[in-house]
Amino acid sequence: MAWFKRSPWVLHYNATSCNGCDIEVIASLTPLYDLERFGIINVGNPKHADILLATGSVNEKSKQVLKTLYEQMPNPKVIVAVGLCAISGCVFQDCYNVLGGVDKVLPVDVYVPGCAARPEAIIDGVIKACEILEEKYAQQKKARRTSA
Amino acid sequence: MTTMQEIFQSLTIVERMLVFVFIAPLVGGFLSGCDRKLTARLQGRYGPPIRQPFFDVLKLLQKENIVVNKFQNFNIVLFFIFTVFAGALFFAGANILLMIFSLTLSGTFFVLAGYSVGSPFSHLGAEREIIQIVSYEPMIILLAAGMYMATGSFDVAAIAMHKKPLFIALPGVLAGFLYILTIKFRKSPFDLSMCHHAHQEIVRGLTTEFSGPALALIEISHWYENVLLLGIVYLFFAFKPWLALVLTLGIYVLEIVIDNNYARFKWQLTFLSSWLFIAAAAGSNIIVLHWIK
Repeated sequence: MAWFKRSPWVLHYNATSCNGCDIEVIASLTPLYDLERFGIINVGNPKHADILLATGSVNEKSKQVLKTLYEQMPNPKVIVAVGLCAISGCVFQDCYNVLGGVDKVLPVDVYVPGCAARPEAIIDGVIKACEILEEKYAQQKKARRTSA
Repeated sequence: MTTMQEIFQSLTIVERMLVFVFIAPLVGGFLSGCDRKLTARLQGRYGPPIRQPFFDVLKLLQKENIVVNKFQNFNIVLFFIFTVFAGALFFAGANILLMIFSLTLSGTFFVLAGYSVGSPFSHLGAEREIIQIVSYEPMIILLAAGMYMATGSFDVAAIAMHKKPLFIALPGVLAGFLYILTIKFRKSPFDLSMCHHAHQEIVRGLTTEFSGPALALIEISHWYENVLLLGIVYLFFAFKPWLALVLTLGIYVLEIVIDNNYARFKWQLTFLSSWLFIAAAAGSNIIVLHWIK
């Protein structure tokens, strides 16, 4: 049995976002939404995290940070792109310095739309991410068994 | 309760140790779950289920184990072993001094684990942990001394069987111990090196480089340690087992309330306040006890 569904730990990174989505991510931790009742904790350390919540349109500077964070997370791990900027670049997509979406850098598993994404949508996205975590763990286990 | 005591006395020391090794993590995890639920309720949130700490640890055991060098997990395993050994000694009714040495050794290995990696956050966490150890260690020694002066024995079994109420002979020692209990439980205002709440802050420092199973081991050691510390609180009221159990749990709840009501101290204040309080409360208690005898 995999336990990822019961305790997904989330790492939140602002890849040049306008802070709108970030406020909503933090809002989902408040007593009104209370993410912790699902066992979800907002950690500050990639080595403790299962899910990477990335917001913002990603530029050349934040690209490196995003990659480093992803590499430091232990397997299995899932990336959630939160907000329209993280999905496509939104209104910033034509800017010369913007890459236009987290999936230009990393393999995104869940897209949470909205400008800014609503806390309900973010919670829904994280719960979806949990299922993908479980799948990834099952695949990992299978791969390990076949290689052994 | 008396039947439980009889069953306990019929066991050999090794059997008692084994009982502790298997039961303590269940009790510790349950207490930790109650802690999180109560904390959430105090903050106006619904909070995670009581079993949440077990889910967290089971999940961490399934995660990948990233290490930056081969010593870091070695130190964590030693930290775990000596914490469990200290608890097992205590609940087997063995010598309290040996228990203290083992507990201190486990703390030392935890600091070494923090220093064995390259991360500056981890080093800062280890430094803060040392300050915490320096702050609480005098009290642990005074505790053993006080208990010896009151009961005439260093054996936990003899202290637990002492017929007179210990907290009347040692009110200052109890107060001093409750003060450092907040440090040992890693609760505000003394959660400098490994806070349970502020995940983004520097106070999470010591665990920076530990992931997956190593982090799970740190958490399980913390459960063992909590049960051991509550066991020490129990000793003060051991003349009436039921009362002692209720008071021990009451003190745990009190620690949670303190955790939620106080801002974090700076390390200077942590160090100075704990030493002053220990000297005033426990020190004077022991001097008075010496004069009376």
